[in-house]
Amino acid sequence: MKKLQKADYIKMYSFMLKIRRFEERAAQLYGMGKIGGFCHLYIGQEAVVVGILMTIDKNDSVVTTYRDHGHMIARGLDPKRIMAELTGREDGYSAGKGGSMHMFSKENNFYGGHGIVGAQVPIGTGIAFTHKYNGEKNICRTYIGDGAMNNGQVFEAFNLASLWKLPVLYIIENNKYGMGTSVDRAAAGLDLYKRGEAFGIPGEKVDGMNVFSVIEAADKAGKYVREGNGPYIIEVQTYRYRGHSMSDPAKYRTKEELDNYKQTDPIEIVKAEILKKKIATNDEIEKINKDTLEEIKNAAEFATNSPFPKDSELYTDVYL
Amino acid sequence: MSTEILMPALSPTMTEGNLSKWLIKKGDTVKAGDLIAEIETDKATMEVEAVDEGVVLDLLFKEGEANIPVNKAIAIIGDPNEKVEVKKEAPIEKVIEEKKIEKNIETKIENKKANIIDTPSPKIEEDRNLSSEEITMRQALRDTMAEEMRKDNKVFILGEEVAEYQGAYKVTQGLLQEFGKERVLDTPISEHGFTGLAVGAAFKGLRPILEFMTFNFSMQAIDQIINSAAKTLYMSGGQINCPIVFRGPNGAAAQVAAQHSQDFSSWYSQVPGLKVIAPSTPYNAKGLLRSAISDPNPIIFLENEILYGLKGPVNNDVNFSIPIGKANIEKEGKDLTIVTYSIMLQKSKEAALRLKEEYNLDAEIIDLQTLRPLDTETILNSVKKTNRLITVEESWPFGSVGSEIANIVQRDAFDYLDSPVIKVNSADVPMPYALSLEKLYLPQVDDIINAAKKVSYIK
Repeated sequence: MKKLQKADYIKMYSFMLKIRRFEERAAQLYGMGKIGGFCHLYIGQEAVVVGILMTIDKNDSVVTTYRDHGHMIARGLDPKRIMAELTGREDGYSAGKGGSMHMFSKENNFYGGHGIVGAQVPIGTGIAFTHKYNGEKNICRTYIGDGAMNNGQVFEAFNLASLWKLPVLYIIENNKYGMGTSVDRAAAGLDLYKRGEAFGIPGEKVDGMNVFSVIEAADKAGKYVREGNGPYIIEVQTYRYRGHSMSDPAKYRTKEELDNYKQTDPIEIVKAEILKKKIATNDEIEKINKDTLEEIKNAAEFATNSPFPKDSELYTDVYL
Repeated sequence: MSTEILMPALSPTMTEGNLSKWLIKKGDTVKAGDLIAEIETDKATMEVEAVDEGVVLDLLFKEGEANIPVNKAIAIIGDPNEKVEVKKEAPIEKVIEEKKIEKNIETKIENKKANIIDTPSPKIEEDRNLSSEEITMRQALRDTMAEEMRKDNKVFILGEEVAEYQGAYKVTQGLLQEFGKERVLDTPISEHGFTGLAVGAAFKGLRPILEFMTFNFSMQAIDQIINSAAKTLYMSGGQINCPIVFRGPNGAAAQVAAQHSQDFSSWYSQVPGLKVIAPSTPYNAKGLLRSAISDPNPIIFLENEILYGLKGPVNNDVNFSIPIGKANIEKEGKDLTIVTYSIMLQKSKEAALRLKEEYNLDAEIIDLQTLRPLDTETILNSVKKTNRLITVEESWPFGSVGSEIANIVQRDAFDYLDSPVIKVNSADVPMPYALSLEKLYLPQVDDIINAAKKVSYIK
């Protein structure tokens, strides 16, 4: 694995912070009625997507679940346009027609944003199929929530991916709850990463609160997949600080449990490392904090000032 | 006593077979379970075993003889010494006679299916550039896929048994040999998984042709078809399209009962984002499938198993296509309009002939070809001319394509109607297995005639 440079630390910190500030702002806008419908926040899980981000090729493809804002930010997409999609405005990535759960950026190889639990898994497998069919060296990272790991099509996809040796990296974001049901009440067998074993897919469990662990695992798994060995599964142990969606008070878990995870906050871990390694000073970090806050504030302003889609847009984009 | 060995039906839709090889000869003694012949059907060549025992008294067809109808005697076995006794035993003969009558009824129904297939092909127009040679619907579909695969490397086919088996209904015959296993892929029996995979591949720019062994199995995958394939262009604000063709046989075959005989035309036609096509002849199957494969949107291409053997001329130009969304006026007429699609075109044509002969009614027949987007203009123009409309389709009656047509016509041509619109559909029940009930379930020529009489106020 290539050694992390000073800039990498700053990049990680900035991205993770940007995701957190974005989600906090989204929660605020939701509370103000500026964002409607479902809105699933990524707070607490930032190290997962940012860790993976550090190992990617920009021509790799990504497909994820409806908890997708953080994934888009990590993909380098513009927070202004992401937020504008959340507010359902014409500047949003889906021109206001998709909303929080359905966002895409073809030019950045970001294939959603899928609202149906598990559906993105065969789709990501098919995108990987295309990389192989076209003779490209790229892989498709396919994110899966722990809830989807009990969904039939996931295993159909695992079977196909292994059978056809497809370049797909499955990343299970195990945030411990599928909506309000804890993993141990939903899954018979808690080692989700082992669920590819029967198909010959290697798997690994990783501490998802620690970005450095994620990078290490993602690097190894990515190489394995890119070299044409077929799929690989990483189960990242993470935790969402908020409820399943904005309308979920998360009464199914204790405050102690949440506080416990907050002790290992992924952003604080990176920050501590930066200070320890003297990569940046406290002042420099403060500047990043201030700039990030500013950027997200601007995004929110942009998103609430962007016009609603024109009425005529109702009938466009049904067919090409 | 002697027993006839009859041409067996080796598949639910087989109506005739070819005797490719005799494995017995006159004078041989045959025991139950012995192989007696090789029969070639529309799908495969299969060996046939004896179920009765005796000496082969006669072989009624030579090797290589083709198109022998199902249930026709192909050999006689028996005891050579008991020939005289057979004549004496009248009651036994009577039993055989009765059995024959029963079989005759079955054969009649089978032949009726065969007749449907033999009805004349669409009227030949000068500009159609039709081949002199007639090919089956199965070949027309196959050829079109092969032609498009030659043109565009991004087109590939996947599904159950499409490669090594050569297609469950032989529609993909020879494609593996020509295009290799990278482009012709056998999938495991996991519709949900491989449909999602194909949708992902289409998002990423490939042009999959996905064969459902039958559309009944598409229900396993319907979430990927509707939630992923049909909606993503819209949900992505026009960024991500899904150029995919879902094809396979739809509707009833022959006596395969409730879970394997369902018409999905109105299900899929209800969904914005999908285009739905239902060809009725080799000619339009070719033109429409080409349009489907070239289209940048997800297409539901509803074939019909019974029509796979239908022969007709085609246009062999590799660029010939029929536009999606355009109905065909199959037959012009002035007294009433019959709007139909897929296999019911054949029955509608049969009905139109009888309506002319028996009631002097001149029916106009519109073959929709595409169900979504619907060619309402052609329908409305016809109704404005004939003032009477019946719709004929195999789907269940509730919320069928005909229901929507009735709605459109009452809305946009109310003043032109001289009678209420009548829909002819399958019965509103799951498909029964019994031959007699299956016939009752499906729309028959008489049902169409009765509907036509009703809109024409003929008692």
